[in-house]
Amino acid sequence: MIEFEGVTKVYPGGTTAVDDLSLSIPDNAITVFVGPSGCGKTTSLRMINRMVDATSGTIRLDGEDIRSLDVVKLRRGIGYVIQHAGLFRHRTVVDNVATVPVLSGVSRREARSHARELLERVGLDPALGDRYPAQLSGGQQQRVGVARALAADPPVMLMDEPFSAVDAVVRQSLQQEFLRLQQDLGKTIVLVTHDIDEAVKLGDQVAVFGEGGRLAQLAPPEELLAAPADDFVARLVGRDRGFRGLSFATAGEVAVEPVDTAVDGLVLELDGEGRPQGWKSSQGTLPTEGTWTVSDNLRTVADLAILSPAGAAVRVDADGRADGVVRHAALAEHIRRHQVARLGGDA
Amino acid sequence: MEFLGEVRDYLETNGEAVLESLAQHIWLALLPVAIAFVLSLPLGWTVVRFGWARHPVLTASSIVYTIPSLALLLLLPGLIGTGILDPLNVVIALTLYSLALLVRTTADGLSSVEPQAIQAAVAMGYTPLRRWFAVELPLSLPVVLAGLRVATVANISMVTVSALIGIDSLGQLFTRGFQLGFYTPPIVIGLVLSVLLALTADLMIVLAQRALTPWARVGVSR
Amino acid sequence: MSDGTFSFLLDGANWAPGADDGFPQRILEHLMYTGLAVVIAFVIAFPLGVLIGHTGKATFLAINAGNAGRALPTLGVLMLVVALAGTGLVPATVALVILAIPPILTSTYAGVNSVDPATVDASRGVGMTGFQIAAQVEVPDALPIIAGGLRNATLQVVSTATIAAYVGLGGLGRYLFDGLALRDYPRVVAGAILVAVLAVTLDLLIAALQRGLVSPGVDGRAERGPRTPTRLDELQPNER
Repeated sequence: MIEFEGVTKVYPGGTTAVDDLSLSIPDNAITVFVGPSGCGKTTSLRMINRMVDATSGTIRLDGEDIRSLDVVKLRRGIGYVIQHAGLFRHRTVVDNVATVPVLSGVSRREARSHARELLERVGLDPALGDRYPAQLSGGQQQRVGVARALAADPPVMLMDEPFSAVDAVVRQSLQQEFLRLQQDLGKTIVLVTHDIDEAVKLGDQVAVFGEGGRLAQLAPPEELLAAPADDFVARLVGRDRGFRGLSFATAGEVAVEPVDTAVDGLVLELDGEGRPQGWKSSQGTLPTEGTWTVSDNLRTVADLAILSPAGAAVRVDADGRADGVVRHAALAEHIRRHQVARLGGDA
Repeated sequence: MEFLGEVRDYLETNGEAVLESLAQHIWLALLPVAIAFVLSLPLGWTVVRFGWARHPVLTASSIVYTIPSLALLLLLPGLIGTGILDPLNVVIALTLYSLALLVRTTADGLSSVEPQAIQAAVAMGYTPLRRWFAVELPLSLPVVLAGLRVATVANISMVTVSALIGIDSLGQLFTRGFQLGFYTPPIVIGLVLSVLLALTADLMIVLAQRALTPWARVGVSR
Repeated sequence: MSDGTFSFLLDGANWAPGADDGFPQRILEHLMYTGLAVVIAFVIAFPLGVLIGHTGKATFLAINAGNAGRALPTLGVLMLVVALAGTGLVPATVALVILAIPPILTSTYAGVNSVDPATVDASRGVGMTGFQIAAQVEVPDALPIIAGGLRNATLQVVSTATIAAYVGLGGLGRYLFDGLALRDYPRVVAGAILVAVLAVTLDLLIAALQRGLVSPGVDGRAERGPRTPTRLDELQPNER
């Protein structure tokens, strides 16, 4: 666990980068620091591995004041991933990943073979290990950066805008894989981003930083969307909070009507195995535009209902066979009851 | 051709002297560069590390580099007491020139290292000294070695000037030609040998560069 | 250094403007040789460099001119030209021009070549002709590098003109060789100091000219604004 206790950072010119920050970063979870530029999120991150030292206040790692720890040992025990990876161009990919283990005394051969395993873990072909960073794409370099940070198996990982330097498509896949990796590894992660959607997507807990380095809100993403602490947070979170918040609700309990229900004169047409083919009308068959399952979230269902020509979203089971439909009105009622329960739930 | 015959004759009669001049030339040219190179590393580091040192050091080296070589060769004896006819004088003068050039390129090379790589190295727990040798120096090599090439070639051609004050080097072939009534064979021999020497030295540094920085040549090929 | 070392330099008689072997005369001669050779070299190498840089053809020539020039011993070139064409102003100037062309050619090419392709593309898109692009966009952008080449060339010529006194030319080199022949060290010192000061002064003049001619937008002078301390400090991590 990492604790910030009244941490402040003031630069010589008088700028306050971080203002009396107090928060706890729980183990085995992803905490995201988000906010506009200059709000102190990166500075706060970098105080954890003492790349920047606080002007006042204390930061504790598992109870110990980090200032009392040997800084080199501290850093070797914390993984650090930055934008543009910061790989060593003069070393092969495998040697890049093996850097910290070798520094800590592991034999080069052992470190290298472990490095190749890590490359696979982050979704790279181990054969790329013998190439130089300049020969890899931006997305690949970023993965190498993550592998390098993981090499010494540190319990804590600090990530500074790790996915910002790649294009949107690559970013999506990197984010997915990152979540999958975290499921396997369960590290204590602090991630900085300026992208609120990324924060909501990746964080177990989100810390919103405001101007002048103050903490505006610390909450799980769902709560951030549902109840922003002030105007600043609300503006940062952006529009469609309600709709986006639906992605945190499961579709498991949505009541459905039978598959053969006629909706506005349209009936669902199935193939021999019960899979939906489209909505049949007197003029022809219109496509369903997609289906959902009980493991999807409400946002998906709502979106499908909007897209559907019948105004009803089709649910399928694990084998793809249609097992129910839900109309707009019924869905809206479900959402309303869900919201009421939620509001009543947190006092 | 008659000219080639004359060249051959000259070489036959003066072969030994030519070789001596060549040998002397080689060490007069390469020793200063080697010394200057070694000195330029800590100096270049100082210029990069202490921003305030940049201006005075670069200005001083600029001035030294601007002084015509013959003038420096003749002023040094008065300044530091070396003899005019002393090869040591030439070595010191050329070391100063090479240093003036190399400090600048070394400083440029060191500051060309991308800050992210250095940040990453610090964050990984590299101690400053180990980091310098493992990350900063290797990454600055392309620029540093490019500067070394320039300094070496420049030195090889500058040594010839010392022949004007009586020091043995390939330049002697030029003055000889002059003294023999503008006799071209030795002049041409001197030019050819000098250029060959420069090309060889340049090539060797390029090969060393290839060996030391294999990563610098790879393009983005995916 | 003994008192006598500077005696020749400080002797008033030598500073008399009219004297054939006086400092003013020799300085003027030296400046004339330098100016002549640099201007001729510029007239040849600058357009050539712009052409090669702009069209991208024959780049081999421009790129390697610099290296080739550096590899040629100045004394040797001088001797060869003089041996073939005799002593006198013309052969000496030819040799000086030959030595001054490479730095100007290489720098001009390098400068024009390093102009951001996006800028050139934009000017083509606006409808400028090749010549206009070269004159109004590429050259102004490349001025700092071209000026650097000019400084190098001038330095080279001043240095070689000093040596040229060996083959009978005038200029400040005369004091060096006459002094050596006469074993008159004060005379040698005078010549050496004068030529050193001349070289440094010319260099500073060209640098000042460069600052005057080059647009502030190009050499970075326009970028100096208030800098936020945060950025600067963030780039300098604490290392203990």
